[in-house]
Amino acid sequence: MIKVSNLIKTFGQTHAVNNISFEVAKGETLALLGTSGCGKTTTLKMLNRLIEPDSGTIEVDGQNILSQAPELLRRSIGYVLQNNGLFPHYTVAENIAIVPNLLKWDKAKIEARTNELLEKLHLPKEYQNTYPPELSGGQQQRVGLARALVADAPVLLMDEPFGALDNVTRSKIHAEFKLLDELKRKTIILVTHDVQEAFLLADRIALMDKGQIVQIGTATELLFNPANDFVKDFLKEQHLQLELKTIKLNDIWQYLPADGRRINTSQLAATAGLWEALDTFKFYPRENINIINQQTREVRSVTFDQLMSAYSCFKNQVPHE
Amino acid sequence: MNEHQQTLLEFMRQQSDKLLVQTLQHIGLTFISLFIAVLIGLPLGIYISRVRKLSGPVLGIAGILQTIPSIALLGFMIPLLGIGAKPAIVALLLYALLPIVRNTYTGITGVDSNVKEAAIAMGMNKWQVLFKVELPLAMPVILAGIRTATVINVGVATLASYIAAGGLGEFIFGGISLNNTNMILAGAIPAAMLAILFDFLLSLLQKLNFKKIKGAVKMAPVLLLILSCFYFIPSAYGSKLTAGFTPEFMGRQDGNLGLVSKYGLKIHTIVISDAVMYKAAKEKELDVISGYSTDGRLKAYDLIVLDDDKKIFPPYYAAPLVREDALKKFPQLETTLNKLSGLINDSVMTELNYRTDYLHQTPERVAKDFLQATGLYKPQQQSNGEVVRLGSKIFGEQYILTNMYSMLIKGYTNYGVETKTGLGGTKIVFDAMTNNQIDVYPEYTGTGLLAILQAPQNVINRLQSSKDSTYAYVKAAFDDRYKIKWLKPIGFNNAYALMMRRQQANELHIKTISDLNRFLKY
Repeated sequence: MIKVSNLIKTFGQTHAVNNISFEVAKGETLALLGTSGCGKTTTLKMLNRLIEPDSGTIEVDGQNILSQAPELLRRSIGYVLQNNGLFPHYTVAENIAIVPNLLKWDKAKIEARTNELLEKLHLPKEYQNTYPPELSGGQQQRVGLARALVADAPVLLMDEPFGALDNVTRSKIHAEFKLLDELKRKTIILVTHDVQEAFLLADRIALMDKGQIVQIGTATELLFNPANDFVKDFLKEQHLQLELKTIKLNDIWQYLPADGRRINTSQLAATAGLWEALDTFKFYPRENINIINQQTREVRSVTFDQLMSAYSCFKNQVPHE
Repeated sequence: MNEHQQTLLEFMRQQSDKLLVQTLQHIGLTFISLFIAVLIGLPLGIYISRVRKLSGPVLGIAGILQTIPSIALLGFMIPLLGIGAKPAIVALLLYALLPIVRNTYTGITGVDSNVKEAAIAMGMNKWQVLFKVELPLAMPVILAGIRTATVINVGVATLASYIAAGGLGEFIFGGISLNNTNMILAGAIPAAMLAILFDFLLSLLQKLNFKKIKGAVKMAPVLLLILSCFYFIPSAYGSKLTAGFTPEFMGRQDGNLGLVSKYGLKIHTIVISDAVMYKAAKEKELDVISGYSTDGRLKAYDLIVLDDDKKIFPPYYAAPLVREDALKKFPQLETTLNKLSGLINDSVMTELNYRTDYLHQTPERVAKDFLQATGLYKPQQQSNGEVVRLGSKIFGEQYILTNMYSMLIKGYTNYGVETKTGLGGTKIVFDAMTNNQIDVYPEYTGTGLLAILQAPQNVINRLQSSKDSTYAYVKAAFDDRYKIKWLKPIGFNNAYALMMRRQQANELHIKTISDLNRFLKY
């Protein structure tokens, strides 16, 4: 869907982006992860030509983005900014309707689509006629997301979309974000400096440093097969939490004992993460939990200790450098 | 001049026609220039917000324009654009430019870069970004600039009357010339109220929220245009000829008020400073002006004086004033000074003034040439050490006369001479004389009557503008009150006079003010 080849951008003496290439498949979410100044935002902004590269090509859907007028290109790419960039002089509804108006949709269509999005993003309908400064940070960010989604552009670029939010609001929006069907069919490139966010939301992660991609791969690949020390160090601090969140119960299924004592309680799907399973013990202190493998309909009942030893076996089995 | 002290309200009621016209002109001037300043300043401010490196020079130049004193700026405009509305509007618009350009620039560069980036990223082109995002968000700042410009313009527009563009300055500066407080206030209070009113209205506009501003800003150009039109309403009062009178002349009984009451003269009149009045008459921008009958420019620009056949202008015959103790001290002084008596008539004096004012010859040379031509000149005698102190007011005609007296005294007596020229106005030179700082200076009968003696109206009426009875009255009164003697009149009369271009007056067969009046009526 998106193909970036040999992208270079220099500002004065600094190589902001130094020969980057990657591809993003249709429907995939790629996170550009890195510290500030690593070139992730510059890379993102070159995709909708807010910044023009010095050299290299970008293709969207097989078409070079230079072949289109920048205004037209941008109308077909959704964009979410860190500080939402909502127009303070436009109402919520008017903000959402910016791109449809540029695309000259008729009024009824805009209204229907706006209402649909407000509902999906859990924004009360009355907010339509309020102005952004009257909303909370989380609500503003939702309106920003609605504005980017409204024209149903196949590609969505997000520049630190949740960076300005407090932790509680951020996790809430993360959860909603994962569930939003609008996003499931989109190709998304997400810029973030938050490792957890990248691991949670992205299918693949490109870890960047000094204008280059150090490693690109899935969360598991980055965690268990780091390309070099930089990757290792970058993830070190939160390694345990990331592992627990990344490893699914399916991954350790083979190490779970099949003869555990069955108790009469709700079942946890094996697609859930290990973190979630451990979490269940925290809130509901009981001896066993039931895990169901949805493919085989097999149910295994395990204790906290059994879960941890399965995790340990899994880790030993994963090849390390 | 008034029988009883007139109150401000009475004055305003009496002059309500003029007050209305001037107020409308004032509003019109303010808003025409503001409208043009917005038309220029807004795009310029937008342009320099795009091409940032131009912002320094452009704002610098606009800043320098603002520091030029208003009068000087109006002065610069006259050679370029003449007199009247055009130069006034240009000067005002130059003043209004800085706040509008600067605030537009500040407003646009101050728009949140996130919002601008969002607008671009949504796929707006640069015009859509400008009109839908930057201008609406910068509007409160731009309006603040327009508000500042409006208040500045209301103030500076008072000066427009100097170059015949009308406005409330006519009352203000007329009042200052005439020492008439009511007249000053009748101009100053409405001007201040206009400034406060417009400032208040624009502050309301600024406080409206974004939504309402959209509508209000669209209304603004229309409103500006309507207010601008006020300026043209008064010019609908027209007549065949146009007169330009000084603010002082406008308010004097022996000026325009007399023209109206005694002659019933109705002429389209604009108010103008005497510095540019003669020139404007020459350039055919004015047809009738109020000048001084011996002004050198009369000759330079080929103007003629209309005969004052109903005698409303009191005589201003020039004669030397001498302290009586000086006459005793210098026995030969009186006869010497009187040698000039009867020698210089109006046209001779005009010619002499022409040589100093227009040909820029020195007063000494002009005085000597004249004395030699009339055979009065004698080389300097040996001085006996006693010194006669001569004074003069601060204009050319007085310098010439003082030089002549100096040469006569040195030639015909053995007194020494000390000259103290350039003594400000009547009050300063006369105070110098009563305080025994000078012995002699040339004065005019009308000034003596009106400015020094401040004769009551019934006396002025009784004298009926007669040359001889005025002279007799001031002579007796000065002797009585100040022990100062009026010697024999020199001969010329430097009074107020209505003037026209010779050619036009001849074509229209106008010789007197009554002729002029008849011409205007039929």
